[in-house]
Amino acid sequence: MADRPITIREALSAALREEMQRDERVFIMGEEVGVWGGTYAVTRGFLDEFGEKRVRDTPIAEMVIAGAAVGAAMAGLRPVAEIMTINFAFLALDAIVNHAAKVRYMFNGQFTVPLVIRTTTGGGKQLGATHSHAPEVIFAHFPGLYVAVPGTAYDAKGMLKASIRDDNPVLFVEHSTMLQRRSPVPDDPDFLLPIGKSDVKRRGDDVTIVTFGKGLEWSTAAAETLAQDGIEAEIIDLRWLRPLDLEPVFESFKKTNRCVVVEESLPMFNVGAEVAARLQDELFDYMDAPVKRVAAMDVPLPYAAEIERMALPSPEKIVKAVKEVVGG
Amino acid sequence: MATPNKETLLDWYHQMVLIRRFEERCAELYQQGLIGGFLHLYIGQEATGVGAIAALKEHDHVITAYRDHGIALARGLDPKRVMAEMLGKVDGVSGGKGGSMHLADRERRFWGGYGIVGGHLPLAAGIALASKYEDRGEVVLCLMGDGATNIGYFHESLNLSAVWELPVVWLIENNQYGMGTSVARASGVTELVKKARAYGDNGRGMKEGPRIDGMNVLEVYEQVSEAVEYARKHGPILVESLTYRLQGHSMGDPERYRTKEEVEQYVASGPIGRFRAYLIEKYKNIEPKLDEIDARALEEVDEAVEFAKNSPDPTFEDLVRHVYVD
Repeated sequence: MADRPITIREALSAALREEMQRDERVFIMGEEVGVWGGTYAVTRGFLDEFGEKRVRDTPIAEMVIAGAAVGAAMAGLRPVAEIMTINFAFLALDAIVNHAAKVRYMFNGQFTVPLVIRTTTGGGKQLGATHSHAPEVIFAHFPGLYVAVPGTAYDAKGMLKASIRDDNPVLFVEHSTMLQRRSPVPDDPDFLLPIGKSDVKRRGDDVTIVTFGKGLEWSTAAAETLAQDGIEAEIIDLRWLRPLDLEPVFESFKKTNRCVVVEESLPMFNVGAEVAARLQDELFDYMDAPVKRVAAMDVPLPYAAEIERMALPSPEKIVKAVKEVVGG
Repeated sequence: MATPNKETLLDWYHQMVLIRRFEERCAELYQQGLIGGFLHLYIGQEATGVGAIAALKEHDHVITAYRDHGIALARGLDPKRVMAEMLGKVDGVSGGKGGSMHLADRERRFWGGYGIVGGHLPLAAGIALASKYEDRGEVVLCLMGDGATNIGYFHESLNLSAVWELPVVWLIENNQYGMGTSVARASGVTELVKKARAYGDNGRGMKEGPRIDGMNVLEVYEQVSEAVEYARKHGPILVESLTYRLQGHSMGDPERYRTKEEVEQYVASGPIGRFRAYLIEKYKNIEPKLDEIDARALEEVDEAVEFAKNSPDPTFEDLVRHVYVD
């Protein structure tokens, strides 16, 4: 069947529906997944289609949403738990970090945790400091957990389906401002993308831009501007923060010798820091310029639109950083 | 509920004595530096673990917190492999990677000891959900200390189990202190079983179960058996077992929060002595048999220590294994 352009929201919906149809053990639990139809409308119609047993509204209680999903996964089900936004996942940090990520290791492989926790991330919607985090990098710190950060509908579908079928726990992070973005996506119910593979989203010889999630959108816009000035950027979309696949980054950097890392994370201890460290470790002799990072400013996000915009990355900031590393 | 026969009662006596000797030996090994980390002993609480687990069927589930050695032994884990875990050896039940607080045995449906206060409660709810989802008729026995009833996990987990009518027996082992803070200093209600009332009403949701004498293995067995059957048929129930730990919270506890007299009073009314007296009164000439069991338990602990000492240390391969499913 031909690929057709659908939104990220539709891609997520299709992935969930197909996996629930395929495997009776897959079920959804979380905040407003049933009667409401999902706070971002991803599970609209699911309650009617699959019933209350498999589409389970929970109290607004993140510790037990995450923790009970871990227990259900250990005991043989394949839960897809939904936490409305990643800001609320802080309340579930213990269940995610201490239990989802560790029970397999701690008990010497006796248990598996085939769990997906879906959540949304990101600022830019004037929601104020507590609702505008993009902290997925925190979760990528912990071995035992996978962290997915898709930036297109194609990736969202293939990655979510792969996550549901995988036997490891996955934190699946969707950007709340990107759910309407469209791209062609296969209808094939067995369309899967490999876990932990980054993807070259744009070819170019002059600079390597490493990014993920919302950063893909900003970087793509920046690359178009740069092209007008004769600078061709290669964009690597990490897609996963764990497993982190830097091979395409290394390949690209050998060619461009310059790198800018773009992300919505805060500027300290972020993906840019990791990528810069790994590049100097692996490819020190290829470096023609310092690795630059474009991230959010080191402040909590404010409400007022104008200053919120100032705090976030933008195509303009990326263009400026690229011009610094290419010396243009 | 089956009325326990003589053989069963002697088995319980054996389990309780085995736990006591095992824990005493652990304390020695800790002082010798052979056991590391934290060590939380079950001494004084044996009747609760043994009586409660005796109330379960083979296919039911057990999960507990970090005071888990006694629970593991009562659930039938091999003392040799439990001791090997204490010593951090590859033959340990968790391959030497879990330690004292993280014993588990999937085969025995013992889902583990967990080191975060209250952290295992939502897991219990999830395991019960899986049972209900697949119509398996299995009950989860979730043990916790009194201290766990004050943490957010308790509220969220009991509430969810009530809303979803999950087959869980929530069993509070009220040993009267959360580390060094007494129940009265830590909880708004001191009859902890009353907390069930926040999650159920008029036959809906959580059932408030009994407050039982946790030093009497027969009473624990009877009351938890009823609770297990309630959970299997109807949904969650909260039970409180009044018990007492005769040792400190963990090794190195200065025990400034209680008096020697208080502890001695509980030593005198300890669960093993009481059960032994009961058996002697019930069965003529049972004492030689009990002495034989005492001696056997000591031998089993000796064998367990010998086995554990001879088991190899984990290797680099073990260090990096089981982070993910390959």
